[in-house]
Amino acid sequence: MATSSDWAVEATGLVKIFGDNRAVDGVDLRVRTGSVYGVLGPNGAGKTTVIRMLATLLRPDAGHATVFGHDVQHEAQIVRQLIGVTGQYASVDETLSATENLVLFSRLNGLGRAESRVKANELLEEFGLTAAAKRPLKNFSGGMRRRLDLAASLISQPPLIFLDEPTTGLDPRTRSQMWDTIRRLVSTGSTVLLTTQYLDEADQLADRIAVIDTGRVVAEGTADELKASVGKSSLQLRLLDPADRDDAVRAIRSVLGVDVTLSPEAARITAPMQDPDRITDLLVALREQNISLTELAVQKPTLDEVFLTLTGHGVENDSETRPDASETPRGRVNA
Amino acid sequence: MSTITSTIQSGVSRELRNHVSVGQTVRNSFSMAYRGLLKVRRTPEQLIDVTLQPIIFTVMFTFIFGGAIAGDVASYLPLLIPGILVQTVITTSVVTGVQLREDMDKGVFDRFKSLPIARIAPLAGALLADTVRYTIATTITFVVGFILGYRPEGGIGMVVLAGLLVIVCSWALSWIFAFFGVIARSASSVQGISFLVLFPLTFLSNAFVPSDTMPGWLQAFVNVNPVSHLVSAVRDLANLGTIGGDFWLALLGAAVVVAIFAPLTVRAYMRKA
Repeated sequence: MATSSDWAVEATGLVKIFGDNRAVDGVDLRVRTGSVYGVLGPNGAGKTTVIRMLATLLRPDAGHATVFGHDVQHEAQIVRQLIGVTGQYASVDETLSATENLVLFSRLNGLGRAESRVKANELLEEFGLTAAAKRPLKNFSGGMRRRLDLAASLISQPPLIFLDEPTTGLDPRTRSQMWDTIRRLVSTGSTVLLTTQYLDEADQLADRIAVIDTGRVVAEGTADELKASVGKSSLQLRLLDPADRDDAVRAIRSVLGVDVTLSPEAARITAPMQDPDRITDLLVALREQNISLTELAVQKPTLDEVFLTLTGHGVENDSETRPDASETPRGRVNA
Repeated sequence: MSTITSTIQSGVSRELRNHVSVGQTVRNSFSMAYRGLLKVRRTPEQLIDVTLQPIIFTVMFTFIFGGAIAGDVASYLPLLIPGILVQTVITTSVVTGVQLREDMDKGVFDRFKSLPIARIAPLAGALLADTVRYTIATTITFVVGFILGYRPEGGIGMVVLAGLLVIVCSWALSWIFAFFGVIARSASSVQGISFLVLFPLTFLSNAFVPSDTMPGWLQAFVNVNPVSHLVSAVRDLANLGTIGGDFWLALLGAAVVVAIFAPLTVRAYMRKA
């Protein structure tokens, strides 16, 4: 039996029902202290509801959850002293400036007037917001808001931080900045529980991942374990001359030793990619046979494919109903 | 860099308490009231109702009704100013409920709920900060009245006491609107319900005209309407410098409203918070 210091979060059988919708339908989670735990799932899967229950914002209809051994329902006030919550929406006061927000939250966290000022300035500097400190939040970009939101969650230096979709809607550069910030956070000893819609993000940050779909955990494990369950990346080739198709398919078979899938218009070939080193051999073989390519791409497994593999249905609708779009879902490649 | 790079104290080694002390509740409430005042400073247009409304209403009513009701403007002022004061400040208290609803719908409210603060603090802070609005409205109404020629006989001390009475009573009434704010679905419905309650209370009173020309059934209502007692109390204080029975009735009415609506509001609020 693990002691409470080993587990930052232990939840068993969490249920939340809204009307006749079982938003969360028996979720079990165990998050080890000092780790980053990713909850992965599409919109409406119940990720936010799980976080809200763990963060004492919502009362579970059934089940039991503890944070560092403290019950989220009966010891809510203790749990609140141990957590920081950053919502999907920037949960800061939009009518106040960045400094005013941080001072207010510092005061509410029990810091004195002077301490609050110091803390606010420290955090503004840390998150690169000093220049914008006095500006109204209405003029903040999405990335700046998220940073301020995260800064506000860190005032009490909580040992457990909930990040609800910390990078949804951010541009790639801001997203990677956010990832750096989260990594630094973890290096200080914080435990992070984050939700995301992006497999890539969970892969980059999380030690363990739970995949949630329609309120249930459908898979749990490390990023590698999860990826192994959905298969590897695929190689996509587009030929200059569709007439070369059969030669190209033969070359792939002999060099990579795998079967390929052809797109209906036959201009594109998709092959499972087991060993990236062999791609060079393939390209050399194609050159020797004078087969010209217009495009070469490597397609990683997407969240869609994780879902296809784990749940048998796609993220939004069944991929079978979708005409063959430019991104061929992995499920079809294997089919 | 010190903020993020310093090692975080582990969850089990912290000293934790599962209840909030009275002292902390008061401190949290004042922090939330401070937030309310910062919001006002950031969005000064919120003060339009407590600054322009008393000016416009006082000037308008004085010149429209003055001659007809009291013969001339100067003799209408002692009747009108207490009435318009009560009407303006009470109307202002509706905003408490509307803003509370707007606040509770915002993302920031989730953060308040996730902090180890007294649950009641956001509500208490909002009610506390709004007393500043009542003070502004009260001051402006008296000043406009003074400019128009109103010279309260009761003296400055009694005028201040009258102002305080109005502020206390409006604060009491704001619990009603805070209750609507907590239970209603949207800010605009709070406004709708509140004005439905407010209009009969303020207009079916002796605030603008003496009640003796009204039909008997209306007089009956006007005479039990707590707003009438408040207006009479303010008139007694400002114009005569006396504390009459209406003063105590107004305070009693305020106490009854708080006794009923404060527990209701707090209960509804805690269920949601």
